[in-house]
Amino acid sequence: MSFPWAKEYTPANGFTKFLDEKLPLPRLVYNAVGAGYPVPRNLSYFWNFGVLAGFFLVLQIVTGIILAMHYAANAQVAFATTEHIMRNVNWGWLMRYAHANGASFFFIVVYLHIFRGFYYSSYKAPREMIWLLGVTIFLLMMATAFMGYVLPWGQMSFWGAKVITGLFGAIPLVGEPIQIWLLGGYAPDNAALNRFFSLHFLLPFVIAGCVILHIWALHIPGSSNPTGVEIKSESDTLPFHPYYTVKDGFGLGVALILFMTMVFFLPNALGHPDNYIEANPLSTPAHIVPEWYFWPFYAILRAFTVDFLFIPAKLLGVIAMFGSILLWFILPWLDRSPVRSGHYRPLFRKFFWFGLIPAMIVLFICGGAPAEEPYVMLSQLATAYYFLHFLVILPIVGQIEKPEPLPYSITEAVLGSDKKAVLGENASPAV
Amino acid sequence: MTKLLSIRLVAILAGLGFALVALYSFVVGAFAFLTEETAPHLPYEEPRDFAFSFDGPAGKWDVQQLQRGLKVYDEVCSACHSLKYVAFRNLSQIGYDEGQVKAYAASKQVPGIDPNTGEATTRPGLPTDYFPSPYPNAVAAAAANNNAIPPDLSLITKARGDGTNYVASLLAGYQEPSAELLAEHPEAAPGPGLYHNPYFPNLNLAMAPPLTSTGQVTYDDGTEATIEQMSIDVAAFLTWTAEPTLVQRKQTGWPVLLFLLFATVLAYLSKKQIWAAVKPKKK
Repeated sequence: MSFPWAKEYTPANGFTKFLDEKLPLPRLVYNAVGAGYPVPRNLSYFWNFGVLAGFFLVLQIVTGIILAMHYAANAQVAFATTEHIMRNVNWGWLMRYAHANGASFFFIVVYLHIFRGFYYSSYKAPREMIWLLGVTIFLLMMATAFMGYVLPWGQMSFWGAKVITGLFGAIPLVGEPIQIWLLGGYAPDNAALNRFFSLHFLLPFVIAGCVILHIWALHIPGSSNPTGVEIKSESDTLPFHPYYTVKDGFGLGVALILFMTMVFFLPNALGHPDNYIEANPLSTPAHIVPEWYFWPFYAILRAFTVDFLFIPAKLLGVIAMFGSILLWFILPWLDRSPVRSGHYRPLFRKFFWFGLIPAMIVLFICGGAPAEEPYVMLSQLATAYYFLHFLVILPIVGQIEKPEPLPYSITEAVLGSDKKAVLGENASPAV
Repeated sequence: MTKLLSIRLVAILAGLGFALVALYSFVVGAFAFLTEETAPHLPYEEPRDFAFSFDGPAGKWDVQQLQRGLKVYDEVCSACHSLKYVAFRNLSQIGYDEGQVKAYAASKQVPGIDPNTGEATTRPGLPTDYFPSPYPNAVAAAAANNNAIPPDLSLITKARGDGTNYVASLLAGYQEPSAELLAEHPEAAPGPGLYHNPYFPNLNLAMAPPLTSTGQVTYDDGTEATIEQMSIDVAAFLTWTAEPTLVQRKQTGWPVLLFLLFATVLAYLSKKQIWAAVKPKKK
């Protein structure tokens, strides 16, 4: 892996020499996120979101472990222990608000990370495995977030759990037994709450494992870049440290300012008021909505309102909702355009900005809105476009599009004719 | 190559299939939308915008107001509504000293166990006790209230959109339905045992107007207890019960943000400096 000009780790003293011989952990870090990892010199701020996603994963694990010390996963007391955390545990309110808003920020940065991947087709060879692991991480995040939202045992927790596990009930013949098996009963209750807590504690560590694989797979071809032109020589790259550690540090600062503003001044803005009402199986909320980060997919689920050729509408919605994410797995084999970056793909770019992005915004709004007109009709049009975009437009555009000329190299794209700025002549030595 | 082609062929067919079925739903829905009448929504009003001392990023409690609100809860709301997540000891946060908290707690009867017989009984409250419920259980609460169980009020301002304004608007907003409303929506007329209130999403609720006359509660600080004043005060008190740490939260936020702003500016300057040498020269 890596490039021949990558800096080699040299242990500085007796202790690091000892470590390097017995367990070369510092060498691993040096080569992964230190000066030993050459990275394209032209990455924009859209390449910050991977590191930010890693940060929010760690934040969720730390705040989550602290919350678990005070929470009890029992349907009789779960809501009360959540309030106990908010009122009686020292700084408990901060831990809970950081955890709840941390989930939202984790999804915000991951969505930006994914859509960066769509625009620059980061999924293309040789980076298919990175993409497959990334989609896996996203699916695990969705499962984890869904189960986490059930734990406070408020009205939306309960009814969200009922609706989502009810999706499995749409499977023909075996659906109902599967739903009962998943819940450990006919409706969400103690059995469901307990297993959701257990899995909500486990899955973040599975995600962390997948993140390690994701980064490992990334280090084999190296990072993509906004031109989509592969690295050709040393002057195309900069060492990750200090250039990208400092750039990611600045990005993290901006993200934390936004995050802390939400935590301290608008902590409930992204939640639903009904979740401050204790779960009540006898009282259905007027509008059952999931957390905002599921709205686009919830809109796809609800867009199928009419049975089609003996297939019940509910089953169609369930297939479409799962299909809408699972199709990301085959993207590397659908989009065969030899050009990666959307910068050089005029036709693709139009479909991206005037098709996919508006469709996602419409789906987002409709998913959070009540199931009424005009939201249902809008979500149906956006759903149709969503599937056409990925499954029909992407493969065809790749064939018929005439891409714009690519720069010869990353260096040329960045520096143009300024040959003196090439690394080695006036670059500062790496710190 | 033929294998890859077939993946794309299957994908294109699947994509057309999904789009077709979604559009079929759209056409059926659009036809129904154009030909069928949908039940109109009852027009309810958004909460009025009261200015509270704890609004905004620098908000603080008005302790006098919280104490007035406690008195409204104590003399009016507590007849039917519990406050189960609030302990008497918490009242020390809204300006009562230890003696006052003890005396207030002792004035309430809480469930207890007779030490001699072991039978359920009541005893005077201690500061560590929580506000007692007016009903022994949900069945009793339903039986006494025409089957509409009065909700616990501890979290009510967080459990409603724009909760503080909503509670104040609702309590001060009872009125007879207007003639225009009844002409347009005859179904909006309150049924037996229901009361009209434009801020309630159904327009009719089972709670009789709890605040009915000026001076219903005698405020200790001399504030005139109008219906609107009492509504605002109890809404403020219930905002405190829903989140006693609200002001602490906002006050902790400022130093955190100032530190982050400082650190981020430093990070930006470091970034500029480190990158200066490898950036192309400006032409």
